[in-house]
Amino acid sequence: MNIVTCIKQTFDTEAKIVIDNGQVSTQGVNLIVNPYDEYAVEESIRLKEKNGGEVVVVSVGGDKTQEALRYCLAMGADRAVLIQDPALEQADNLGCAVAMAKLISQMEYDLVFCGKEAVDDGAAQVPSMLAEKLDLPQANVLTALEIADGQATATREIDGGSEVLEMKLPAVLSAQKGLNEVRYPSLPGIMKAKRKELKVVSLADLELSAEDVAAKTELVAAELPPARKAGRVLSGEIDEMVAELVSLLKDEAKVI
Amino acid sequence: MDFSYTEEERMMLQMTRDFAEKTVKPLAVESDREHKFPRDTVEKMAALGLMGVTVPPEYEGAGMTNICYSIAVEEISRHCASTGIIVSVNNSLACEPVKLFGTEAQKKKYLADMASGRKLGCLGLTEANAGSDAANVSTTAVLDGDEWVINGQKIFITNGNEADYCILIAQTDKSKGHRGLAAFIVDLDNPGFKVGTLEDKLGIRGSSTAELVFEDCHIPKENLLGELGKGFKVALVTLDGGRIGVASQALGIARAAIEDAAAYAKERVQFGKPIANLQAIQWMLADLSTEYDAARLLTHRAAYLKDQQLPYSKEAAMGKLMASELAMKAATKGIQILGGYGYTTDYPMERYFRDAKITEIYEGTSEIMRLVVSANILR
Repeated sequence: MNIVTCIKQTFDTEAKIVIDNGQVSTQGVNLIVNPYDEYAVEESIRLKEKNGGEVVVVSVGGDKTQEALRYCLAMGADRAVLIQDPALEQADNLGCAVAMAKLISQMEYDLVFCGKEAVDDGAAQVPSMLAEKLDLPQANVLTALEIADGQATATREIDGGSEVLEMKLPAVLSAQKGLNEVRYPSLPGIMKAKRKELKVVSLADLELSAEDVAAKTELVAAELPPARKAGRVLSGEIDEMVAELVSLLKDEAKVI
Repeated sequence: MDFSYTEEERMMLQMTRDFAEKTVKPLAVESDREHKFPRDTVEKMAALGLMGVTVPPEYEGAGMTNICYSIAVEEISRHCASTGIIVSVNNSLACEPVKLFGTEAQKKKYLADMASGRKLGCLGLTEANAGSDAANVSTTAVLDGDEWVINGQKIFITNGNEADYCILIAQTDKSKGHRGLAAFIVDLDNPGFKVGTLEDKLGIRGSSTAELVFEDCHIPKENLLGELGKGFKVALVTLDGGRIGVASQALGIARAAIEDAAAYAKERVQFGKPIANLQAIQWMLADLSTEYDAARLLTHRAAYLKDQQLPYSKEAAMGKLMASELAMKAATKGIQILGGYGYTTDYPMERYFRDAKITEIYEGTSEIMRLVVSANILR
């Protein structure tokens, strides 16, 4: 069973976000593999360990992104492909999806695995875009997965419950927290990762032009969420406080 | 000069930091309070390859650098110094002498067992009358046919009550003084061996510190480690490497104290503002951070020299001296910054304080470190 696992390198979830000139500054920020993508990598490796085949991790990014791919190789993925091109530096989700779909379409695979969303932009678009571009069925936000006889039984989180989908492979799946417990790369894994193949390809290698991946969306502004205001402690008689609380929840917080 | 980490070192840092935070930290309080050896954690660390970091893969180690090893011990000790020393002892004091002095057969069996973490190792050197004066060992090993017969007691042995194998330093010819010492590998599953007193300690209470008692303990003749008469050298070389481990442990404790003190200072409001705004606090943290970086660079230099197979004895002593005294200082200042709260068990600062002290004592006291450094510069 051959699996293509798409990952994104993102900020460490504890990184302090700084806006500089209307852009999120990457200065001095620790970069990690997007945590939801780690679940996808883990699930892919488990499927490979059970069924054989190989796991290829794929990403769009720059020089630093190699480190994220190498981390996945240390976890146990077999090889990696990085799509790196100046034209992709300003790409939006669609541009990345177009490039990855083109790459994946040239590979032999049974499954494409992603994280449900990236923790940086939280767009959750790429898995569905990939499914559309590759003309494959999709199941997103998975908390459980079973694969047998070329068929996937995927449990996905929906509002207030869960939904079980069955589909024929190949398909595009995306992982939610809880799908599995992510392993740490072992020390021998880290050593082996150094010798595994990490191929860098350009848009030209994929027979794509800059126009094919040009951004269709524009980042208009980036700003930090407003600082949280201090809480309020009500005082007085209990009846008065209840009345005041109800009116505050209704008129100020507008939650009831 | 290149101060940047290799990709392998960065990955090691990321992995061990994550592992320590999620797996080691939650058990640290109980381990300390209950004197509880973290056996489950040791098994998890073994599965990750942390019990034989620098041991070559052919003996089931990870084949990584000493800088990677230092990073691992520091990150683990950041959250639990007891767990840190368990790793350090197995790597530096048990695996390393077999790696350096063992025969192929000894490496295939004992080194592979310990590096993989299937078995845990310890070093039996210290005795009631042989501490800093390591040559004054009185435990004896007498050849009887195809076996060595060992008699004597070792004290303060880290991992003692939990270990499967012991690298033992014993006297084979008393008349020759330290030239009469030899090293042995003892499988502790032996009717001639028993664990004596377990120490109740100030700090690193999750680690095991035990007396080892050998009474007519018969071991195979081929378990001599290295040459006869070279036991003292085995001990000294082993301790040189161990100092990189203890320095790294001390760095972990120091960093814990500094990070926790800084976080507290930003939250704690007195006189209407966080105490981090007070210069008295700022300067304490500035000094500690500066010394931490210096101690870490010294320690990593020693590790680097060891990786290059260059002499590193003096450098390891400098690293351990500075890092261990810093750990003590950082924990002392840390408690000062936390004030009354720092003195209670509500915060881990008092544990850092208790854990820090041992780093100035074991695997060579600060006085012995100064002796090693001065002997190197005055010769």
